[in-house]
Amino acid sequence: MYNKKVLQHFKSPHNFGKIQNADGQGQVGNVVCGDVMNLYLKIGKNKKGEEIIEDVKFETYGCVAAIATSSIITDLAKGKTIKQAIGLNKDSIIDTLEELPAIKIHCSVLAIDALNEAIYNYLHKNKRDIPKELQKRHQRIEKEKQIIEKKYADWINSSKD
Amino acid sequence: MAKTKQVYLDYAATTPVDPQVLKTMMPYLKEKFGNSVSLYKLGQESKKALEKARLIITQAINAKNKEEIIFTSSATESNNLALKGIAFANQKKSHIIISAIEHDCVLNSTSWLQKQGFQITQIKPDKYGLINPKDIEKAIKKNTILISIIHGNNEIGTIQPIEQIGNICEKKKIYFHTDAVQTFGKIPIDVQKMKIDLLTASSHKIYGPKGAGLLYIKKDIRIDPLLHGGNQEFGLRSSTVNVPAIIGFGKATEICLKKMKSESKRLTQLRDYLIQGILKKIPQAHLNGHPIKRLPNNANFWFAFIEGESIVTSLDQYGIAASTGSACSSEKLEPSHTLLACGLLPECAHGSLRLTLGRWTTKKDIDYVLNTLPKIIKNLRKISPFK
Ligand code: FES
Repeated sequence: MYNKKVLQHFKSPHNFGKIQNADGQGQVGNVVCGDVMNLYLKIGKNKKGEEIIEDVKFETYGCVAAIATSSIITDLAKGKTIKQAIGLNKDSIIDTLEELPAIKIHCSVLAIDALNEAIYNYLHKNKRDIPKELQKRHQRIEKEKQIIEKKYADWINSSKD
Repeated sequence: MAKTKQVYLDYAATTPVDPQVLKTMMPYLKEKFGNSVSLYKLGQESKKALEKARLIITQAINAKNKEEIIFTSSATESNNLALKGIAFANQKKSHIIISAIEHDCVLNSTSWLQKQGFQITQIKPDKYGLINPKDIEKAIKKNTILISIIHGNNEIGTIQPIEQIGNICEKKKIYFHTDAVQTFGKIPIDVQKMKIDLLTASSHKIYGPKGAGLLYIKKDIRIDPLLHGGNQEFGLRSSTVNVPAIIGFGKATEICLKKMKSESKRLTQLRDYLIQGILKKIPQAHLNGHPIKRLPNNANFWFAFIEGESIVTSLDQYGIAASTGSACSSEKLEPSHTLLACGLLPECAHGSLRLTLGRWTTKKDIDYVLNTLPKIIKNLRKISPFK
């Protein structure tokens, strides 16, 4: 079902975990199947003085494709300027992985959403201008999140007994 | 690189053909290739072997007559034939009762029948997947013609009180069908004692070849065929008969019957060893299905905070074959209807894992799983945002 690249990233994902005191943090949920992804950013500066993504980490609850695309997105985003990172889309992920089963495309969208949210969160916290496109995406994601969060509140409770 | 150990634990999906079965089939693929309806010797040889298989199966379920066994191409076909066949031999608008944890082929056949004007009621199980016969009795209406309840559940392994349900059906004069795909050849079935009117079984789940199934139909029950043609199988299933596969099915049945007692004891022990090991070694692991009333070879769990396709793919990397009811792994991206019917939240069904044992499963295999799975679960949980 999956090609070698996807399986490699799944088997040994890059950059998983948490960043303490992250500069930006995004959490997104997948309304299709119930997957959840967290993405953390540490922002630094390059030689030109532009802000770049110095470090990035993820946590994912989801399928093979979700974990592999999370790993890829961290690879792609690392070292990029914020502007470049905003320009990444699901095709950047699919191109890197060479292919993804059609039914799993929505998992790669999730990885992009998580990155966008983390950047949004950073810009917002620091009272920066937020590009329109990013704002729009944020609004859509917020809506979807409410659906997911309700699902998961029930779940966390039920597994504690 | 050392070859990874291969451990097949998906016997509920399909089984390899037993070498003895293959040997029995071979001549009928080669020199004894005749059509079972032909009158010359070659055809009659096939016919004879076919009838021998029919007799083995007749005895295996304690049917009265050989003519009560109809060979089909699969259990899906048999279930379709049973449900649609009974429905169309009766009045439109009649009522059919099934459980909410039937195999997809029963669920989808009945939802199709519903579109044709039949009424369908689904009975919900308890949290162990057990159907209460009283709930069935309550659902019976004046126009109920058929009750169809799966014998042993393919996902969670729960075994239903078939005899009690059969008694209700007999008392109310309603036809009783059971999908016995997972129980046939594994635990005793007696259609007379259990008051079963129609029963489905499959060859490839019991070490026979794919492409053969059966439907037992009690004498004098009228059903409409799905296939019309040369009137093979007593006019109920036209098609050239797949003689080699059916001969294999017969042989496979014979072997299963011979081994049933010892094998079900052996597998039950292994199954319980596996279940206890996993529940002990892995935190936040839960058993799906009934703790005791379950198939000797079925274990099904859910693990909190992680997703099933990831578990199955990780196991595969260690050479272990298993399956999951997770939404992510299904074509429709919906979690297993069986797990949901048992009251599991979609998020919990997400982390489900089914391990089904079989004839070649050893204690060593189980130990390998017990060593491997906790590592896998731990690693996936490390990646998960929930802890
Ligand atoms: S996370 Fe559910 S399909 Fe990918």
